[in-house]
Amino acid sequence: MGYPPEILLEAVANGLLMGAVYGLVALGLTLVYGVLHIINFAHGALLTLAMYAAFVAHGAFGLDPYAAMIPLAGLFFVLGYLVQRLVIGPASRGDDSNMLLVTLGLSIIIENAMLAIFRSDTMTLRLPYAMSMVELGDVLLSVPRLIGFGVTLLLAALLFVLMTRTDTGRAIRAVAKERTGAALVGIDVAHIYAVTFGIGTACLAIAACLLLPSFYVSPRVGNAFVLVAFTIVVLGGMGSVTGALLGGLFIGVVESLSGLYFGDSLGQIGIFLIFILVLLLRPTGLFGARA
Amino acid sequence: MSHFSLSRRQALMAAPVLLAAPTIARAQSRAIKLGIIQPVTGALAQDGEYGRLGAELAIADINAGGGIKALGGAPIEMVFGDARSTPDGGVAEVEKMQAEGVLAIVGGFASPICLAASQAASRYDLPYIVDVGVSDQIVSRGLANTFRFGPGFGTVTATALDNLVAINDAAGKPSRTAVIVHEDGLFGSGMARLLNAELPKRGFQVLETIAHPTPSRDMSNVALRIRALNPDLIIPSSYYAEFVLLSQTLQQRRIRPKGIYCILNGAASNFRFVREFPEAANLVMDCNHWADPRKPKTAELRRRVEAQGRFWLYNVPLNYSAVMLFADALERAGRADRGALIQALAATGAGFDRHIMPYGPTQFVNGQNQGGKPVNTQVQNGDIKVIFPRDFADAQPIYPVTG
Amino acid sequence: MTIREALPILGFLVVAVLVSLFVTSNVVLNFLVFTLILAIAAQGWNLLGGYGGQYSFGHAAFFGMGAYVSAILQQRFGVNAYPAVAFGMVAAALLGYAIGAMVFRAGLRGSYFALVTLAFAEVLRILANAIEITGGAAGLLISLNLGAGNLQFANRSSFLILAAVLLALAMLMTLAVEKSRIGAQLVAVRENEAAAAALGVDILAVKLRAISLSAGLTGAAGALYAQYFLYIDSNIAFGTWISVEALLAPIIGGAGTVFGPLIGALILQGLSEGTKMLIGKIPGVDLIIFGALLILVVRFPLHRIPGVIAARWRGKGAP
Repeated sequence: MGYPPEILLEAVANGLLMGAVYGLVALGLTLVYGVLHIINFAHGALLTLAMYAAFVAHGAFGLDPYAAMIPLAGLFFVLGYLVQRLVIGPASRGDDSNMLLVTLGLSIIIENAMLAIFRSDTMTLRLPYAMSMVELGDVLLSVPRLIGFGVTLLLAALLFVLMTRTDTGRAIRAVAKERTGAALVGIDVAHIYAVTFGIGTACLAIAACLLLPSFYVSPRVGNAFVLVAFTIVVLGGMGSVTGALLGGLFIGVVESLSGLYFGDSLGQIGIFLIFILVLLLRPTGLFGARA
Repeated sequence: MSHFSLSRRQALMAAPVLLAAPTIARAQSRAIKLGIIQPVTGALAQDGEYGRLGAELAIADINAGGGIKALGGAPIEMVFGDARSTPDGGVAEVEKMQAEGVLAIVGGFASPICLAASQAASRYDLPYIVDVGVSDQIVSRGLANTFRFGPGFGTVTATALDNLVAINDAAGKPSRTAVIVHEDGLFGSGMARLLNAELPKRGFQVLETIAHPTPSRDMSNVALRIRALNPDLIIPSSYYAEFVLLSQTLQQRRIRPKGIYCILNGAASNFRFVREFPEAANLVMDCNHWADPRKPKTAELRRRVEAQGRFWLYNVPLNYSAVMLFADALERAGRADRGALIQALAATGAGFDRHIMPYGPTQFVNGQNQGGKPVNTQVQNGDIKVIFPRDFADAQPIYPVTG
Repeated sequence: MTIREALPILGFLVVAVLVSLFVTSNVVLNFLVFTLILAIAAQGWNLLGGYGGQYSFGHAAFFGMGAYVSAILQQRFGVNAYPAVAFGMVAAALLGYAIGAMVFRAGLRGSYFALVTLAFAEVLRILANAIEITGGAAGLLISLNLGAGNLQFANRSSFLILAAVLLALAMLMTLAVEKSRIGAQLVAVRENEAAAAALGVDILAVKLRAISLSAGLTGAAGALYAQYFLYIDSNIAFGTWISVEALLAPIIGGAGTVFGPLIGALILQGLSEGTKMLIGKIPGVDLIIFGALLILVVRFPLHRIPGVIAARWRGKGAP
């Protein structure tokens, strides 16, 4: 069935807005992957944890999710740092496949701790601006999603600067490229691992604050974003910040359009098929960042 | 509860000798053990928790009322098992309950769990009462031990269709076109297929059928398509979170059809949704399991549930009623014997009145209660009212929605 | 492979038969059957992941293929259970070959390989949920028809023997691979692909054989699951849970060892069921403990000690 242009335009716009949030979730994943070379199974659960944190910040302290963004990002940086330094690092004893198990164990702990504390109910925040829309010609755009889009772009730019212009960023890139070499020139690899994990977790806290006004929380909510984040990480080229952002936008639009034409159910196949094709034909990622 | 875990531990320690020895619990009381299986962790945790709550309330009521009188006032003791939202988890719990010597099992919630668990129970002629699981395969396999008090898939969809036509006709046939939105699981997909076959015969045109996965991250596309099609009716069948997203998006985009007619929807008959989204929820109709509003017990039970800080969900009355069915049959069986209990369950008749569902006279055919039917509810001013059929209704339908 | 090398596997089989004869608790038998089915799936993963170093996150694709093909043949085409299960295995192996031919030819390794297998499994899951022959979202019920001729047993102990025999065969096959040229080549590929290629190993051929065998084994586990629970749907057959179970067990128990998957599956399921006893009023607490224990097992792999000692001892004794 053919759709009028304003519907198509709106679908693309929605895809871009949603894709930015996907990109933000993928940012944390790709950073951790690029440096630690592990696939972090706890990523979804950490997103869930962050969403509950934002939820509690609103419920207990009356803090708007947007106001909670910076304190929560700080808090989650520390949390991520400590988790990597005190749990994942020591427990996996330097073995990559052990890290897989440890992050999986962490995700089981976090998910069920949320279940035990908050019970299984799906909860939402009621915010005055949650329903507000902006009209751009014929296209209606959700305000919380637009804010999410803007913040994501800003954050990606900040991360880019951090990675290229600061000593920490240079150290992170050095460890990512050659961990033994980095250790030889005096970089504290364990510290850099933890910093990277902390940055990845902080990204999740921001994503959680951006999602919450227009989404819900439940003990398994993070899972909905994990698989799509993995595909974005690969599409964007593992370890690439700009790749994750572009990959997120791309997947957002693909998902939106294939949903429009094939229905949301089968539309999901579209994402995975593109993912498979990209890997088979161009494994360095769609945006050719780096292998 | 502590001695449950004790005997469970024994069971797991693989010592048949220990199992054969009388446990402390058995020596201490003549309580009747009833197994309650619910998925309280994993993807279905929310439903499982409310199912357990309903069963607990029923057991409390039975024991407060003097236990099972035919057995000298023996109290019912709950043996709880977490199916962890998987069929194999359900089967493992059935085995543990068998080892604990339960007289019957109630619950399961999801169809796959009910299918697997009732089959495992059938090896021991252990009566199994399904609480929700709507798959018609559950009662069509010829398992003598399996009973379902609530309606199955076929009945739910047929009733939903009939009631829709009746409500639309009574309002002067304002709606002619519909868009179906459904989750792509067992119920949603089957319902969509049936509606596509039947609605045109009843004078409706199905403009589009939109399937979505669970979980869904975004409903903007669904809303977009609905806006392009501009149907009179939207017929959604989804789980809680997805319907919340959908109705939120519809409200945001100011899409206001003449009616939103849900079928077995996870949110439209959920007070959390009504409280958190009063505007989006208002006047949404649902054809679903719901307690009989005319029974005094219903209101009392709802107060007790809400006093615990929990919401009034259909899992509570369904499990409450299923446990009551067990107690009723046990009274008639007169002895704590599985074979006798199965016979008594199968023979349950119109005399069974301790349930709180808006059903016709109870009569089991091949394990399925013929009286079990869904009813239509509508969110009206922050409350959920039964609007159809008239026999059970406590409010008039507000339809078509204007303004 | 010598008789002496195969002795531990024979020992396992003897223990399993003894258990099936003398343990009457169906709780235990059911636990063991389920654990052994997972161990077979894990053994499949182990062949490719443990020995070949190709970590798949999508073994659900093969598990589901085995389960669905076997169940569909029985339910829709009236095929007897024995050939149906065999066809399920073959179909899974063919799927493994097809996926391998695509992804190994494209040179995908490491995390790329892991994620592409995951994507294949997801595509199959969505398809199985949507098309007609699989029963769609309603799933597929294998008719209850007890009798050894239908591979359905009235008692759990018979099924335990069946699962144990299949696992023993899987372990023998793994051992045979380990001791063969292919096994050596596979390990060479795992340790250093470039070096193996330089030594003249046909990398693609080795990987393809490994993934086909691996997929066939995991497919057998899927067919067995369907035969045991008599019901499957797309989330059971192709869900990520089984991909995770299949890779967890060998990693915990010892990837690239014959007994690793069995030991890992016993530890995982034992912890999972064991913590369940701790369930109280608050759901989730038992799983929190499970997650913590999982991390502790990784941190302090005490169960590996006997294996290490045995390896040292053998190392001293053998020439």
